[in-house]
Amino acid sequence: MSLTEKQIERYSRHIILEEIGGIGQEKLLSSKVLIVGAGGLGSPAALYLAAAGVGTIGIIDADRVDLTNLQRQIIHHTSDVGLEKVKSAANKMLAINPDVSVKTYHRFAKADNIRDIIREYDFVIDGTDNFPAKFLINDACYFEKKPFSHAGILKFYGQLITVLPGKTACYRCIFNAPPPAGVVPSCSQAGVLGVLAGVIGSLQATEAIKYLLDLGKLLTNTLLTYDALAMDFRAVKLSRNPNCPLCGENAEITELKDEEQPVCDLKSCKC
Amino acid sequence: MKLIMNGKDSNLEEGLTVSQLLVEQKVKMPEMVSVELNGKILKRSEFENTKLSEGDKVEFLYFMGGGNVSN
Repeated sequence: MSLTEKQIERYSRHIILEEIGGIGQEKLLSSKVLIVGAGGLGSPAALYLAAAGVGTIGIIDADRVDLTNLQRQIIHHTSDVGLEKVKSAANKMLAINPDVSVKTYHRFAKADNIRDIIREYDFVIDGTDNFPAKFLINDACYFEKKPFSHAGILKFYGQLITVLPGKTACYRCIFNAPPPAGVVPSCSQAGVLGVLAGVIGSLQATEAIKYLLDLGKLLTNTLLTYDALAMDFRAVKLSRNPNCPLCGENAEITELKDEEQPVCDLKSCKC
Repeated sequence: MKLIMNGKDSNLEEGLTVSQLLVEQKVKMPEMVSVELNGKILKRSEFENTKLSEGDKVEFLYFMGGGNVSN
């Protein structure tokens, strides 16, 4: 692939970076990133990856845009309320950068479909908002040997880690299994500062680009935690857990399964 | 005893177990926390019997979903 004149202009601020150059930009254009969840985390990740010229971006989400999403899910606009989130997200990515090919998956990521989707991509961004999905992505990426960025946000706090399955600590190395039903905070206790999603989702996009271009040091074996109130980032060092049920010495998980959703659902609880 | 809790120097009562530390630190939902002691993630079943000692490094790692804890 060689860059057109327009592309050289569009990506000039990447290209002049010695560490990226024209070759790096071409690499981005031929790369494929999957974003699971077109929500708070997925929004900035999708926008920046599209702007960066990641050639193929897949996006999975079963939801439609709701008014309550707009406080933080910045890829969706007021006029998109009611539209499929993947459609709304695709429209914005293509508007930013027509070089990008967007593949939309208007469905829930489940044990019976996620591996086939993940297989087509180089890197996965977990932008989901629930624990069963986070464990599903972790496990699916392990079985497909795909690197991914995990992130979570809550209230004024965020966290993220990059996982190279089988090589570095995975989500189950830290959190063995989803929390039991009944202990997950109820909707009324939840809530999140909107901009937090922008901070953490942008960091996820940064990790994706670093991985694709083999730049710097990835956030592996390290959980980065962010406290917006204290404006404090901490890198908590971790290592692979020999007792991990997925990638440990006596792994019990040998196939992909959907975890139970242990929380109240939004239909009955407007928060 | 002195130990490092979530990156900060802390002075705590001698001989606390991990379970007691969770109570002492007023962790409301211990089921939402993974505990790393000196670089190793503890099994939940070990919380009760694992005693902390001088110089230990303890991290509480919280489960975090997305903007809605429910989906």
